[in-house]
Amino acid sequence: MFVEERLDGQAQVKGQGIGARLPRKEDDRFMRGRGLYVGDMKMPGLADVAFVRSPLAHARILSVNIPPSLEGRVFTARDLEGVKPIRAVSGLPGFKPSSQPPLAEGKVRFTGEPIAMCVGPTRAEAEDMAALVSTDLEPLPVLADFSTAEQSEELRVHEEWPDNIYLETKVNKGDRFVLDGAAIVVEREIGLSRQCMVPLEGKGTIAWWDTRLDQLVVYTSTQLPHMMRTGLAECLGLEERQVHVVAPDVGGGFGFKCILQPEEVCVAWLALTKKRPFRWVEDRREHLVAAANTREHHYRIKAFADADGRLLGLEADVAVDVGAYSVWPFSACLESAQIASILPGPYEMPFYACRTRSVATNKPPFTPYRGVARTGVCFALELMIDAIAREAGLEPAEVRLRNLVRPEQMPFTNITGKLFDSGDYPESVRQAVDAIDLPAFRERQKDGDGDGRLLGVGFATYCEQAAHGTTVYAAWGIPMVPGFEQATARVTPDGGLELRIGVHSHGQGMETSMAQVAHEILGVEIDKINVVHGDTAVTPYSTGTWGSRSMVMAGGAVSRACEIIAKRAIAIGAHLLQTTPDQVVLEEGEVRSRTGSIRFQQIAEAWYKTPEVLPADVAHEGLEVTAGYKPKVDSGTFSYATHAAIVAVDPEFGSVEILDYVVVEDGGTLVNPLIVDGQIIGGVAQGIGTALYEESPYSEDGQPLASTFVDYIIPGPCEVPDIRILHMETPSPFTAHGIKGIGEGGAIAPPAAIANAINDALRPLRAEVATTPVTPHRLLAAIAAAAEKQLGKP
Amino acid sequence: MKPSQFGYARPANVEEAVRLLQEADGSAKVMAGGQSLGPLLNLRLAQPSLIIDITAIRELTLVREEKDAIVYGACVTHASVEDRRVPDATNGFLPSVAAGIAYRAVRNRGTMGGSLAHADPAADWMTTLTALGAEILVAGSAGERRVALDQFMTAPFSVALEDSEFIIGIRIRRYSQAARFGYFKFCRKRGEFAEAMGAVVIDPELGIRRGIIGATDSRPILVPDMDACLRPSGEGIQAAKAMIAAMKIADDPVRDGMHANAFARALKQVAQ
Ligand SMILES: Cc1cc2nc3c(=O)[nH]c(=O)nc-3n(C[C@H](O)[C@H](O)[C@H](O)COP(=O)(O)OP(=O)(O)OC[C@H]3O[C@@H](n4cnc5c(N)ncnc54)[C@H](O)[C@@H]3O)c2cc1C
Repeated sequence: MFVEERLDGQAQVKGQGIGARLPRKEDDRFMRGRGLYVGDMKMPGLADVAFVRSPLAHARILSVNIPPSLEGRVFTARDLEGVKPIRAVSGLPGFKPSSQPPLAEGKVRFTGEPIAMCVGPTRAEAEDMAALVSTDLEPLPVLADFSTAEQSEELRVHEEWPDNIYLETKVNKGDRFVLDGAAIVVEREIGLSRQCMVPLEGKGTIAWWDTRLDQLVVYTSTQLPHMMRTGLAECLGLEERQVHVVAPDVGGGFGFKCILQPEEVCVAWLALTKKRPFRWVEDRREHLVAAANTREHHYRIKAFADADGRLLGLEADVAVDVGAYSVWPFSACLESAQIASILPGPYEMPFYACRTRSVATNKPPFTPYRGVARTGVCFALELMIDAIAREAGLEPAEVRLRNLVRPEQMPFTNITGKLFDSGDYPESVRQAVDAIDLPAFRERQKDGDGDGRLLGVGFATYCEQAAHGTTVYAAWGIPMVPGFEQATARVTPDGGLELRIGVHSHGQGMETSMAQVAHEILGVEIDKINVVHGDTAVTPYSTGTWGSRSMVMAGGAVSRACEIIAKRAIAIGAHLLQTTPDQVVLEEGEVRSRTGSIRFQQIAEAWYKTPEVLPADVAHEGLEVTAGYKPKVDSGTFSYATHAAIVAVDPEFGSVEILDYVVVEDGGTLVNPLIVDGQIIGGVAQGIGTALYEESPYSEDGQPLASTFVDYIIPGPCEVPDIRILHMETPSPFTAHGIKGIGEGGAIAPPAAIANAINDALRPLRAEVATTPVTPHRLLAAIAAAAEKQLGKP
Repeated sequence: MKPSQFGYARPANVEEAVRLLQEADGSAKVMAGGQSLGPLLNLRLAQPSLIIDITAIRELTLVREEKDAIVYGACVTHASVEDRRVPDATNGFLPSVAAGIAYRAVRNRGTMGGSLAHADPAADWMTTLTALGAEILVAGSAGERRVALDQFMTAPFSVALEDSEFIIGIRIRRYSQAARFGYFKFCRKRGEFAEAMGAVVIDPELGIRRGIIGATDSRPILVPDMDACLRPSGEGIQAAKAMIAAMKIADDPVRDGMHANAFARALKQVAQ
């Protein structure tokens, strides 16, 4: 890479390689509305599918009544002969898997569960049919929240289970005696509400049968095309060679599009049995009521510290409301297993104990969302750090500095055995304090906002394990364990390059960043590099895009494949220059010797078009390579960040305005800092949603209370402030180019930073919030409760 | 979320629209901007047999100036008011209200008549035009009539219109140069429907002192004792807050407090 000093002292990379701040190639089609999504596709004879969904959260199905006029166009579980239920298992001891039938069988377990599917020439007509299908349901008592479900003696979401718990885990590390005589003990109940993920594009699937190739073709908006192939084959009883999955342009995934949905299986079954094309496009209401629930964690947590605010230990009891079914492939335990292993965060502490339960309820299944469990963990832990700071009479930032793992300890194995690879965690806090100008803010805070609003500042620090590999996932034993990641690099006869990757890009800009990695090694202009992804027929196998892994894993694989190409290009170039490979270098897209040079294009032409010029022992394996890659240590990279927010709280309305927001982050080597900034901004926007707006409440009888955007509120442009981003760049010692995973990070810290800022603002009122989203109602209720408590005091 | 089947008509004049409404006998729906009706159709909460699109009726997009009032055609959009493409009876108050409705894309299509006919308790025009004492001009099989807006909304999403009737205009009296207007709404998010709102209109020359609480669970509520609310030096504000909180509009202390605070903010804007 070529580095140039910028005026502000930050290094700026010239050219197109790793570190260059290039605009995304793919934006040309996206910004012109030329993306191709499932919903855009047209096909002769395409029929649309609408689902009849359960109006009740828990009920026995007595009958599904289909008017005779609709015979042959409406299908129920009875029709899906031979189709296997979706079963996401886990190897963790004691885990109870659930069986999710693609169409409900016997009973329904959440409001919105598909019971029947109707096929019409248009979606509107399919919906007309759905309105004519009636169901006889015998209502059962509803387990609408985790504590009812946990306590219920008789009632079961899954009848064959002894209780309603998918999995209970316990972690106990260190000796409890270190807690004796702790000067500070704080205890809190902290919760994150259930919410949705709301990608711009909902889920969509088109399937048909290709008689020529004897294959089921499924175009589906997924992050994991290769996994979907496995999942669909398993459910439909096909061999994987008979299934071809394509993920075309996908308008945001965030984890929701990692799971195999019952609707996908249903549409694929239609294509398989009817040999015609069928489509289902999820609408917003289906998304809000029947899919993609996430984030709901409940913590009872106790933190122990000495008088100086040094952490002695943490005890936590955590419940995750994972809903009615275990999602495939992540399972119902990924979230809680992650909670137990990462709750200590980026801090050092001598004692840690945690119990988690993944509880089954009559709500839609829970899916890991951008940040996965870390957003909840960060919220719980960082609220506790601030509570300790208040007890100790210290600045919250100072308490963080006293407890964070220090740079000289890196690489550091923490109390739960996580191996932090590199970085200077405290420095991220110091830079955030400087950027927000804490001393000046404390002065300004005294005077308030002048209009009755209270000001507060909040910090949150986290580290994020990303690109976790084989060892981590093998221990969880879920249907998906990543091994070596592969990429194919293929030189075209005219000297261009095709990269084929098994991960999928749906907003991450990989069509650009992967090309930058290849450019770094081969010097081919990125405009001459095509990144192909999302198609099981033409890309190498991959578990797909999840866990902030793609740049680390697929980027590493691209790097390896291109290195092999480079070697062969050098061999050809040297031959053409009539010298030996050790006498030449590959630079800026040319093989150069002391006396001459050969352009990459000439090398390609020689191999493909004039092979007669090359002897048999020169690069006979060709200019097309599939390489596998795994980092030296595969337990994952640890990127980290400190977020700082300044808020103004209006105590009359309980509203919160974010006045300033700073992110200091270290994602290792940044392949494209512009894309990284975009990822952070998008993540923070979603984090603001979790912090202040987004919630899927359920009534006691399990009815969703936010089924349209009137009730489900997401932040808009006016609610997302300008986000100031400062980068630190500590390469990972374990990965190719020192890259770390950064895709999810932005969404992790905002709820914690914002709630801490709100609590800082509320200090004069002695009120505290501890539940997301901090709605006006919750905030005003907290103020009222604090006022009452003070009145009650003698 | 696709509508069930419906017929579509786009009449060129009021008489034709009335005739179509009469023939449909309650199964037709008038469509203006479609900003509220569209979602209702998609959610199948409305399943009319016929949609009567009134946006081609020219007179509904016009404004008629009378000596002491201005009559806005029912299809005048929020954006036209915001951009002052139509005359203003209120020295800038109407444009400022319009600018705060929803988002620009919605304002470009959404109409005054549509908003009032839809009668969402949290809508801006219902509260502010009630405070202004507006009248609704209605056409129907029995001819034209006028209704005071405070008599027009009967319940949430219900108005006093017969099957063959629809709104053709909104009549707002001209306020004097001395008039003062206060309006405050609290929304969880910019462009979202309000959780609480208050409007105050004072015109010393016309002898008007009116305060309205909106975004309730039903109709806009007239503040009973405006004289108390207008007492000088903060006293009025305190009185208003206490008065409204005691009315227990929402049956939830937190919401009640929001109503009181929203009205107090509107009141502060007119306090001298
Ligand atoms: C995202 C969003 C946010 C919004 N936020 C706000 C907000 O903050 N404040 C606010 O006040 N509004 C808000 N609205 C509503 C918006 O102002 C609509 O424009 C308005 O409610 C309806 O006007 P319309 O012309 O689109 O009516 P339509 O949608 O065409 O009709 C609405 C109803 O009125 C009837 N109708 C329409 N015209 C007439 C007529 N002339 N006579 C009789 N009946 C008629 C229709 O039959 C229908 O029942 C929002 C809308 C959206 C989509």
